[in-house]
Amino acid sequence: MTTESFEIKAYPEMWKDLGMDVERFDKMRLMLGEIFRKTYLSQKNRPLKMAYFDAMVAEIHGGRIKELLAAKAEGHPVIGTFCVYIPEEVVLAAGGVCVGLCGGSQGSIPDAEKILPRNICPMVKSAFGFKAGKICPYFQAVDFVYGETTCDAKKKCWEILDTMVPTYVMEIPQMKKQSDRTMWLHEVKEFKAKVEEIAGTTITVDTMNAAVKVMNGKRRALQRLNSLRHANPTPISGKDVLLVEQIAFYDEPIRFAAKVNELCDELEQRIARGEAVPSKDATRIMVAGVPMALPNWKLHNLVEGAGAVIVNEESCIGTRYYKDLMAEDGADMESILTELTKRYMNIDCSCFTPNDERMAQVVKEFRESKADGIIHYSLQFCHTYNIEEIRIRETCAKEGIPYMFIESDYSPEDVGQIQTRVEAFLEQIRG
Amino acid sequence: MFVGIDLGSRAIKVAAWEGDTVVDYQIKESGFEPHRQVEAMIARYHPCTVIATGYGRHLVKEYFDYAVITEIKAHAIGIHTLLPKATTIVDIGGQDSKVISLGDKGQVVNFQMNDKCAAGTGRFLEIMAASLAYPLSEFGSAALESTQEVQINSMCTVFAESEVISMKNRGVPRQHIARAVHASVADRIISMLNRVGFGDTVAFSGGVANNPCIVDLVRRRLNNVQVIVPENPSIIGALGASIEAARQGEKI
Repeated sequence: MTTESFEIKAYPEMWKDLGMDVERFDKMRLMLGEIFRKTYLSQKNRPLKMAYFDAMVAEIHGGRIKELLAAKAEGHPVIGTFCVYIPEEVVLAAGGVCVGLCGGSQGSIPDAEKILPRNICPMVKSAFGFKAGKICPYFQAVDFVYGETTCDAKKKCWEILDTMVPTYVMEIPQMKKQSDRTMWLHEVKEFKAKVEEIAGTTITVDTMNAAVKVMNGKRRALQRLNSLRHANPTPISGKDVLLVEQIAFYDEPIRFAAKVNELCDELEQRIARGEAVPSKDATRIMVAGVPMALPNWKLHNLVEGAGAVIVNEESCIGTRYYKDLMAEDGADMESILTELTKRYMNIDCSCFTPNDERMAQVVKEFRESKADGIIHYSLQFCHTYNIEEIRIRETCAKEGIPYMFIESDYSPEDVGQIQTRVEAFLEQIRG
Repeated sequence: MFVGIDLGSRAIKVAAWEGDTVVDYQIKESGFEPHRQVEAMIARYHPCTVIATGYGRHLVKEYFDYAVITEIKAHAIGIHTLLPKATTIVDIGGQDSKVISLGDKGQVVNFQMNDKCAAGTGRFLEIMAASLAYPLSEFGSAALESTQEVQINSMCTVFAESEVISMKNRGVPRQHIARAVHASVADRIISMLNRVGFGDTVAFSGGVANNPCIVDLVRRRLNNVQVIVPENPSIIGALGASIEAARQGEKI
């Protein structure tokens, strides 16, 4: 696919059937295509196997939506989620489809601000705005949304979102005591019952075990990709890996894992040849903090635009999603669900207190990725990550890790300042 | 000849460095086509090696392919060369404010920079001066004459302006309001200094260092710390860039 010929494909008829604001959405499609061309297709020396993921972007509002609608027509439920805490295994076991919903764009924020307060998290506003403005085909295609209680903004927005699309809420504990684990197991069971009810099916030990294998396979593929990019020099840009990680949330998991593994095979050959992206001596940066929902490429674009390369995302879009696998081939449903809750309780989201394991995890990933410095990235008004940043900063100071904190949103107005700060941080690392 | 260009949000500063000294400098308003302004300003130095810094550094790189460094590094080099004892720099320009902490060799070890809003920057002072009908050049000295403590609580430029207007309408004399505006900027500088940490010698750079009231108020708030202002604080960034040009020139 050449840079000039790339476009995000339009499906106005299908969008109309989905009840979307077609005219407005088409403008957003053109803008996204333009940004993707500038941010992605202008990169030099990309792995050839990125072509699949570029095509997934081109078909983001068409091909994949068609697949979702086909699944629905066959009676499989399509569930929209916003958090790596929602157990996808359960949805897959019921024959359903799980999609992470849109929430990374400035474009839908004005729609949200017609209703919501302005001073809340941009990811919550962006996601909400996509539904309020009817400008996201995924939101239009889902049977229902399964939210969670990982932050106050989301928790209260579900109540309003429920008036536009059926929204169920799963309670995520805020601590990891035994009583919290018991409550969480209970929540997972309720989630399973709800999914079964909507799918009109019963999840069996066999279908559950099969789903666990699918998710483990997907997570293993992402782990493999992440460990290959840790090579020095790295064979792939941080932007490209981020894109793969973002697509993980809406692609079909078996096909996705196969395509990630194909990309990994190519990266192994690149490593053997000593190929470097962008260059052998590029400063290596690890990003830690909040997730970057598609198309939030702002920080990666600035860092890599300054000649450095991002080699790890300690984030829900990155390792927090795929670092943990779960035990396979469980004997009965109770033990499978217990294993599943254990696996999910390893997620070190800042919504937990205390969250000491995250400090150790950040240092571990810094060492594994052979990074030269860490940028902690938080979205505005994300209290838990913004405050936990203090402990990450202290940990980095103690470990002698060059560190910088950036708090931002999706708007372009602070790009100049962030660019200066990023470049100064790189100068500081390079000495 | 080694030339540093600092394209700030309000002004373009150029410094020429030769041997071990500044041989020439210029300060002009940025205008609408800063690259043309730059071209005119450096015409007299040919042949020369140039490094650009400041908010518009990438524009210059695009037009003339000069190397760039950030203003953070440029101010660190400039201040360390002029005032080697300085441990910390407070740089307040037209649209941003920074605190830079220096290592033994003058290298940047830490820094803080304001984010997207204009609070506590030169632009903030400019808007407040206009709102109180002072020419910018007299704003600091007028504020120095006031001894009365009144307080502005908002750091947001827009909110602070409404506070200023309401004070005017309550009959508060304007030099007291002017002093309150300066005190709010000084408080913000102190809070940034506390975040980064500072040693025994704090140097000022950037255009706002020309404002005597800001410097005085910061001095009063820092006990046992020497606060120094170089002779020409506006050109420190350009000076640092010119010295870096000389260093890189020597390497080649």
